Amino acid sequence: MPDVALQQELRIIGFLCNWCSYGGADTAGVSRFKQPTDLRIIRVPCSGRVDPLFVVKALLNGADGVLVSGCHPRDCHYSDGNFYARRRLEMLKRLLPFLGIDDRRFHYTWVSASEGARWQETVTNFTKRLHELGPLQLKKEVSS
Amino acid sequence: MRVGVFICHCGNNIAGTVDVAKVAEETRKIPGVAYATTYMYTCSEPGQEEIKEAIKREKLDRIVVAACSPRMHELTFRRTIEKAGLNRYFFEMANIREHVSWIGENRELNTKKAIEAVRMAVAKVMQNKPLYSSSFKINKRVLVIGGGVAGMQAALDCADGGLEVVLVEKSPSVGGMMARLDKTFPTVDCSICILGPKMVDVAQHEKIKLYAFSEIEDIKGYVGNYQIKIKKKATYVDWSKCTGCGACMEKCPSKNAYDAFNFGVAPTRAINIPFPQAIPKKAKIDPKYCRQFTKGKCGVCAKICPTKAINYEMVDEIVTEEVGAIIVATGYSLIDMEKLPEYGGGKYPDVISGIQYERLLNASGPTAGHIVRPSDHEEPKTIVFVSCAGSRDKSIGIPYCSNFCCMYIAKQAILTKDHIPDSQSYVFYMDIRSPGKGYDEFTRRAQEEYGVHYIRGRVSRIYPKGKKMVVRGADTLLGTQVEIEADLVVLGTAVVANSDAAHMAEKLHISYDTSGFYVESHPKLRPVETNTSGVFLAGACQGPKDIPASVGQGSAAASKVQALFSKDMLESDPAIARVNINTCVGCLKCVSTCPFQAIKDKELKDGRVVADVIETVCAGCGVCTSTCPCGAIQLQHFTDNQLLAEVNALCQM
Amino acid sequence: MKWQKFSKDLKENQTGMVEKEYGYYAGCSLEGTASEYDTSLRVVLNTLGVKFREPDDWSCCGSTPAHTVDHVLAAALAARNLSIVEKSGLDTIIAPCPSCMTVLKKAQYNMKGSDDFAAKVNQLLDEPYNLGVETKSALQILLEDVGLEAIEKKVTHIFPDLKVAPYYGCILTRPPQLAQFDDPENPVSMDKILSAAKINVCDFAFKLECCGAAFGVPKRDMVNRLTYKVLSMAIDAGANCIAVACPLCQQNLDLRQEQVNRTMGSSFNIPVLYFSQILGLAFGFSPKEVALDKLVVGADNLLKNRLTVEEWEKMREAEAQAKKQKGKKAIEKDEQSTEETE
Repeated sequence: MPDVALQQELRIIGFLCNWCSYGGADTAGVSRFKQPTDLRIIRVPCSGRVDPLFVVKALLNGADGVLVSGCHPRDCHYSDGNFYARRRLEMLKRLLPFLGIDDRRFHYTWVSASEGARWQETVTNFTKRLHELGPLQLKKEVSS
Repeated sequence: MRVGVFICHCGNNIAGTVDVAKVAEETRKIPGVAYATTYMYTCSEPGQEEIKEAIKREKLDRIVVAACSPRMHELTFRRTIEKAGLNRYFFEMANIREHVSWIGENRELNTKKAIEAVRMAVAKVMQNKPLYSSSFKINKRVLVIGGGVAGMQAALDCADGGLEVVLVEKSPSVGGMMARLDKTFPTVDCSICILGPKMVDVAQHEKIKLYAFSEIEDIKGYVGNYQIKIKKKATYVDWSKCTGCGACMEKCPSKNAYDAFNFGVAPTRAINIPFPQAIPKKAKIDPKYCRQFTKGKCGVCAKICPTKAINYEMVDEIVTEEVGAIIVATGYSLIDMEKLPEYGGGKYPDVISGIQYERLLNASGPTAGHIVRPSDHEEPKTIVFVSCAGSRDKSIGIPYCSNFCCMYIAKQAILTKDHIPDSQSYVFYMDIRSPGKGYDEFTRRAQEEYGVHYIRGRVSRIYPKGKKMVVRGADTLLGTQVEIEADLVVLGTAVVANSDAAHMAEKLHISYDTSGFYVESHPKLRPVETNTSGVFLAGACQGPKDIPASVGQGSAAASKVQALFSKDMLESDPAIARVNINTCVGCLKCVSTCPFQAIKDKELKDGRVVADVIETVCAGCGVCTSTCPCGAIQLQHFTDNQLLAEVNALCQM
Repeated sequence: MKWQKFSKDLKENQTGMVEKEYGYYAGCSLEGTASEYDTSLRVVLNTLGVKFREPDDWSCCGSTPAHTVDHVLAAALAARNLSIVEKSGLDTIIAPCPSCMTVLKKAQYNMKGSDDFAAKVNQLLDEPYNLGVETKSALQILLEDVGLEAIEKKVTHIFPDLKVAPYYGCILTRPPQLAQFDDPENPVSMDKILSAAKINVCDFAFKLECCGAAFGVPKRDMVNRLTYKVLSMAIDAGANCIAVACPLCQQNLDLRQEQVNRTMGSSFNIPVLYFSQILGLAFGFSPKEVALDKLVVGADNLLKNRLTVEEWEKMREAEAQAKKQKGKKAIEKDEQSTEETE
């Protein structure tokens, strides 16, 4: 983790559902689980609220990576919002290479409000992965 | 637009690793920000006053507070700005504590992150629209799930306060685990003697409607208006006719049915009343053992029943109840002893669990209160208690303490001496956990007055040797290995969540932790609330708890419901979906994706069909908004524009 | 370290078909003191159609002494052998000796867990090891890859007098995160395999107790005491024979019985067989073919009563018939009493 922090920060946007993952990130904070500092969090009511276009827009406008996290399947505060999210985001993941974007720059997962450690792991791994990929240079990735 | 930003030091919690002055300085450069300042504790009363004054002084019309998580204080500050005359939705929080200062060590990077968080919040707040809640009527009935001591306390407190209560219990009688106990620590009160009157009150209270041997099938609705489907499981006995005389039980020829109430200490009959004080005191047939079901012929109980209550054709019945709030008091289970092979659990009859021993001690238990070995029905003289049997053991996925085993083991050791004066008890323990009132004195009594031998160390193996069970463990105080030849071994088995706990949580839309226990709203300050408004927790479904704690939570949950029901109308959350009929093309994709069936089609005067949101049903998830192909349906407060403003604020940096 | 959650439900091969070829790492014991384990296991594997070959130029696995000196060097000893197997195009190796198995699995585990450690180990090897070989014990191969059904099919002879206490010893299933097989506190794989071969297996509480073998030289009195405990518990459990899967266990329990009897005043005379020897006998091989003559405490008496499966089934049928008659009477009696109550 420290070696990640020493590098130039990347721009990572996280869309977190209010009930589970945002709470999980809070739990990680309360537990003082140290994480890389690159991630910026946008709170949404449900992962089902995340329009795949938000993700694309973020990546095209300058984000180096996007993370979406919701409640575990079957544990959604809104019954099945996360099922819609899963379907849409999986489609999006497969679509990204066609836009010239490495699909490893986008990750969706499930973290519950009690899983502070899991959140720490998710953020650390995703940030590490993006630092391996480096900043998103759209033209370059398209041509390669 | 004049945005005011208040950056909180939160003592050292934020200021320790974030340069708040720098954050304020940078914030002032953001277009639209008219005022930015820092404050030691923004949530304190003077802190809130400062916001109110600044609103007036600086003519602010939008407020951002950069402090802790909005899950903590969003409501606090919304109220503050409302008092200062702003619409409560002209407010945003930037979480620079849980998501910044507490998780990053680098002050420079933290400060940068905090500035960007503020920038995002400012971008969002500038897009915010005033929203107004409407009010709706609430159904002042409450559902209590689980008829253990916590659920009964909650039901009685609600009912005494004048609320109608629906109490659903999955087993044939209320009483739960407490009804199975012989005595309670530290007073050595007779458990059923103090619980019995409560059980009777539950049955007789005119405001309580008891569904015993019933389960929750489905829950629909939202705070104030829930529709509950309850499955009344078939008992094969018409309870309106059954008088609880017990004649059927006496004559039933199937004598080897598993006795769930007694945790299988001894068999029961296929038709049975679980225990003498059962409420309701009605018989039920276990079709797994009943000869009428297994062999197709018998009918003894039908012949013997004086009121002709037996009905072999009975089927499960679904009933619907409408309530406005739910108290979950589903309790706990104990770890399956077979998961403890090193202790021979489930393999050797003379290794039993604490709750089974409790039934042996109990005068109304299968041995009429005589302690006997299950293998040969002889009286044991040497009894070994093993605490932490499964608890605090990461290797089997139970890292937590089960809370009350230390205490009940001390109690059982004392009772053993009372029952068999020439017996010797040993207790293997890791730590004696006795933090309650009078608890430590009690465990001391067990050692000092009753001569119970406490050995600090874990047991590695239990194996048979002739008629004895050899318990081998460590004595870490003496630094040696010890082997005790016991007649009976009692395991303080770990408390675990019910096997269907997760399933129930999914029906209720509440969260559960990795062990299956339900998660409260705040571990310190909102112990009986859940994150789903209208659903409250009581007792061990939230985590292992002893009787006083469970009763306390039952009462607490009841008082929360009373408070909720003290108004006739509830204010709805205005952050719901809204349709722009000018852009809606009437594809009605939102209608089919809405998880709550909150969207209908509506025909306009010009004959055009558009989507229409039912305000009281919409829960505000926003699935429709990300479904709509033309952005016509927008979740208020989380519109496309608002969220994209945050994205753009970040990407432009 | 996070402990892997172990599962009590053992995976079992359902098809009974073993297509692939295995590496067979005999190790030093099976070439010397435990040659009967080697002989009998080869017989069993051949009978069950398991193809295997010894890696060329295999070397010492390092076993117990190496890791007390240097973890990297110890792992390199093991990894050299794994690397040879990997280069020969195989992906699984049978390690009949639990000591070898643990060492091989540990090298794999540590190299997989840390790139840094793997690099250090690989630096010492001629050919780097790419972590492509899984190590399995003989029991694991029989249960997971061959399957109980296939074992049952090959049984030709029954030994009704044989009452076996399966003894797993300390390291066959432990530590669980390394072994990844069977229950670390209550293993049942050998019980299941022997039962499949129609051998009487008793419930043996000391199946995991330390026999003390490793201290055989420096602390003989302690080892005598520990061995005594294991042997007497086997007798108490009603066994007349102990089955093992470890050369050190076998040597200690078998060879030391005389010594135990002398120092502890006991009179043990209980044969200690490799489970593979018992399987071989059940598959119809002669005592000589499974090298039974290498035992110190002979098992001849227990093997006198030897039936073919057909003879045995006839006998069982007769027994069942008798029991049924008895049962019928009991039911009639029961029904009578029911009617009386009515």
